[in-house]
Amino acid sequence: MDILREVSKKLVEANDLPEFSAGDTVIVSYKIKEGSKERIQQFQGIVIQKRGSGTNETFTVRKISGGIGVERIFPLNSPFIDDIKITKKGRVRRARIFYQRERTGKSARIKEKKRFIKKA
Amino acid sequence: MPGLIGKKIGMTSMYSAEGKNLPCTVISTGPCVVTQVKTIENDGYEAVQLGYGEKKEKRTTKSLKGHFQKSGGNLLRTLVEFKGFSQDLKAGDVLNLTDVFQEGQFVDVVGTSKGKGFQGVVKRHGFAGVGQATHGQHNRLRAPGSIGAASDPARVFKGMKMGGQMGNERVTVQNLKVLKIFADENLVVISGAIPGAKGSTVLIQN
Repeated sequence: MDILREVSKKLVEANDLPEFSAGDTVIVSYKIKEGSKERIQQFQGIVIQKRGSGTNETFTVRKISGGIGVERIFPLNSPFIDDIKITKKGRVRRARIFYQRERTGKSARIKEKKRFIKKA
Repeated sequence: MPGLIGKKIGMTSMYSAEGKNLPCTVISTGPCVVTQVKTIENDGYEAVQLGYGEKKEKRTTKSLKGHFQKSGGNLLRTLVEFKGFSQDLKAGDVLNLTDVFQEGQFVDVVGTSKGKGFQGVVKRHGFAGVGQATHGQHNRLRAPGSIGAASDPARVFKGMKMGGQMGNERVTVQNLKVLKIFADENLVVISGAIPGAKGSTVLIQN
């Protein structure tokens, strides 16, 4: 079992994506293939959960688009993820902030972490 | 076919260059010791006998110990014959993973499938059962149905699919891609699933 875990770690190619957790506001640049062309799509929203490990590690980003909540799940170690930018570090008490789904407007605000230094 | 003996570690997944998440199996294999070289003059055919794994001394018979003396004296758990090695081998030689396999090539894997015990036709042969589950039906749901005609031929044909032992048999899976080789740890990562439980002995063939 331990051998398997170590090998699984090696199979994940190291990426230089920043550390983030639930409550952070991020911009995910995702490569999309249309036929033979490849373009980059951006998705901005709040991370509401991170789950899994190794190749199965994923994170969910939620945003409000035209008054309707949209959630998208990204595989963290997928080569299709071009870049992740953190625009805001949020102060939340939970690892999974699903309560955000019931909130809109003022109550959906997340306080910013105070000692957050933006990475260059 | 040249090959090596190994042990199934378990399954995981990895991303391909195209971004697909591929299921894969990790196998611990090699170094395998050449325990005997069979020749046409001596044995009537050509083959190489490989050994793998460790065996306790008290579980090894004296005759086997004598056999192992010819190849360095290590007590080995599994002995299997392979044909068609391109290298010139003699007893006592050690074959490593990279001597036999390269990344990107296709291999066959032989293993013993997990035993399922005595199973009915629905699980064993994929039959659909007879009739309905409701409307008063009570004992035909997983039944095989008719197994033949009446007084002509007045017997059941040989090979009729019926219930019986399932699994715990030798199974070969062909054309599995070698995705990655970790030569230092003697580990090979192969695409897809292979037969058998974790820790079971498998053969990887070119």
